[in-house]
Amino acid sequence: MISRRDFLQIGMAASSLVGAGGFGNWSRLAAQQRLTQDHLLQFEAFGNVTLIHVTDIHAQMVPIYYREPSVNIGVGANRGLVPHVTGADFRKLYGIADGSHSHYALSSDDFTALARAYGKVGGLDRVATVVNAIRADRPDAILLDGGDTWHGSYTCHQTAGQDMVNVMNALKPDAMTFHWEFTLGSARVTELVSGLPYAALAQNVFDAEWDEPSNLFQPYRMFERGGAQIAVIGQAFPYTPIANPAWMFPEYAFGLRLERMQQLVDEVRAAGADCVVLLSHNGFDVDRKMAGEVSGLDVILSGHTHDALPEPVLVGQTLILASGSNGKFVARVDLDIRDGRMMGYLTRLIPILSDVIAPDAAMTALIDSQRAPYMAQMREVVGEAGSLLFRRGSFNGSWDDLICDALLSWHDAEIALSPGVRWGPSLLPGQQITREDIWNVTAMSYGATYRTEMTGETLSALLEDVADNIFNPDPYYQQGGDMVRTGGLSYRIDLSQPPGQRITDMTLLASGERIDPARSYAVAGWASVSEGVDGPPIWDVVERHIREQGTVVVPPRDHVRVIGR
Amino acid sequence: MRLTRRSTLVLCGGAAAVAGLGFGSASASALADEIERFTGGATVATGLVSLTAPEIAENGNTVPIRIAAPGASAVAVFAEGNPLLRVATFRFGALNPAGVASTRIRLAKTQNVIAIAEMADGTFRQASTFVKVTVGGCGG
Repeated sequence: MISRRDFLQIGMAASSLVGAGGFGNWSRLAAQQRLTQDHLLQFEAFGNVTLIHVTDIHAQMVPIYYREPSVNIGVGANRGLVPHVTGADFRKLYGIADGSHSHYALSSDDFTALARAYGKVGGLDRVATVVNAIRADRPDAILLDGGDTWHGSYTCHQTAGQDMVNVMNALKPDAMTFHWEFTLGSARVTELVSGLPYAALAQNVFDAEWDEPSNLFQPYRMFERGGAQIAVIGQAFPYTPIANPAWMFPEYAFGLRLERMQQLVDEVRAAGADCVVLLSHNGFDVDRKMAGEVSGLDVILSGHTHDALPEPVLVGQTLILASGSNGKFVARVDLDIRDGRMMGYLTRLIPILSDVIAPDAAMTALIDSQRAPYMAQMREVVGEAGSLLFRRGSFNGSWDDLICDALLSWHDAEIALSPGVRWGPSLLPGQQITREDIWNVTAMSYGATYRTEMTGETLSALLEDVADNIFNPDPYYQQGGDMVRTGGLSYRIDLSQPPGQRITDMTLLASGERIDPARSYAVAGWASVSEGVDGPPIWDVVERHIREQGTVVVPPRDHVRVIGR
Repeated sequence: MRLTRRSTLVLCGGAAAVAGLGFGSASASALADEIERFTGGATVATGLVSLTAPEIAENGNTVPIRIAAPGASAVAVFAEGNPLLRVATFRFGALNPAGVASTRIRLAKTQNVIAIAEMADGTFRQASTFVKVTVGGCGG
């Protein structure tokens, strides 16, 4: 069954490569309230090889709400390109009907109303149903986990990743790559990775002392499927020791390692690979650049930046798929591999609508058993969301505005700083806020808060430095997060300016006065990568603040003025 | 609560001293003078020499670099943003025609690193790469 828009896709594809991606005729069905599991899973098997991609689950085992960003700025060559297209522009680009479930799953506006209509997303028991259905269709499908799996929830923190290892083992992936997993610390990473019943792939994880490939990880794994040899190369997040605390895993060095990547592609081709897949935690813009520089990659399964795109992006003959985060999507990629090359593809990004897809009973039981010891603690109600709480956005989101408020209050500070991470589910207005909800947006192994003094000059240098890690026109110099969130401080950022000259008009919101470079300010924050920070953990700080408020209302804020977009 | 480490930034991703930040570089003429001391003012072409370094340094105090200049008699490495601009000189004898060397260098801040090779015939070749030294962003 190839629809009209599938033919359009073929027309756009590179000359020798026949393919299609996207979604079926779901929006009309949804509008008629007839959307069923069968519709979501409807897929006519194509070719001879199937890949299944999940990534950036961040330990979200049960259904949640997750709002995609309304502000997702791309710079340099990526300006105006997906995934840096949001809202109505995004829907127009992909022909998504307003009010459809694809609108709900893939874009941001009217989120609260659509969330009430379509319900929660994700849940690894629903993911299991989808994976099982694909395997029923194509028994030897290759399931690949892009990493950021053993991090991000109350139970994952308490069990140091064991809950997710147990649940993912039941899902039976064929390979995985890594990022936040390293924040469990070297000893725990070694323990968990050594025991994995599937391949741990990372061509760019090296021994820091000798600058040689680490023995703990393999660079690639070959799979024989449908009469073809499929090589899957792993790429961990290249800047893990810079974006996260290197002192927790000092034995490892990372980096892009482009030369080794090309050598490996050549090596697996020489060894008979008919198709080369990169399981990547680079982030989308880095993957797009790498696709143009490393020759011989057929498919890049892209993770890290949490983008969800309904169709693959083509760079030359390389397909790049972005499969979302937090358990919200499963990507199915069917490939026609013949005569030593990829002849065609059919892909689908399947949204895990929790109320439409039936949970897999065995997986539900396994998840429940991981959560049972902690239920009383997790389910304690702390307050109520008086407005939508969400995280994603290039500069701020209501969850981080709330976290900054809590930091200012607890530490009696003038300015608060909160990391621009992209994980963490959303809460709808009227929803109770439980302790689990707070941990879902704060859980990490270095969650201590701090209070310190910084001069205006230091603050400015800091914002400039982080801004260049987000908005450097060259993706290889970006780290794939969002801008550090500020509380009590407004500023203007000009994205067209060179490094060191983007931030101006820094203003202390409490007084309305310009930040004085020479004056010292009381600054509170959390998630420092420095060793030895021992303030109260962020989840306690946020919980007390929410208890004091009862019902938390966080109106939209515009303390960051963005120009030069 | 006070921080235990002095002159340390503690943002997500923050561990470098403030002095390590900044985007400027030494004056172009100082670098040109230093290069001229190695080349004797000869023209420097590109190609035949490669310089490998991380795009973003994991630790500015110890940045791994690798130079490869087959057939070169010497390779000098310059860091345009360091107080001392020439950071290393490698000399290769006739029994070492590969011209490959690896070491670690300290970079004071974000800057270009330049490798200039003196070839056996007395001509000069160069390669350069941009290395960022940062307090870090907040990986998603």
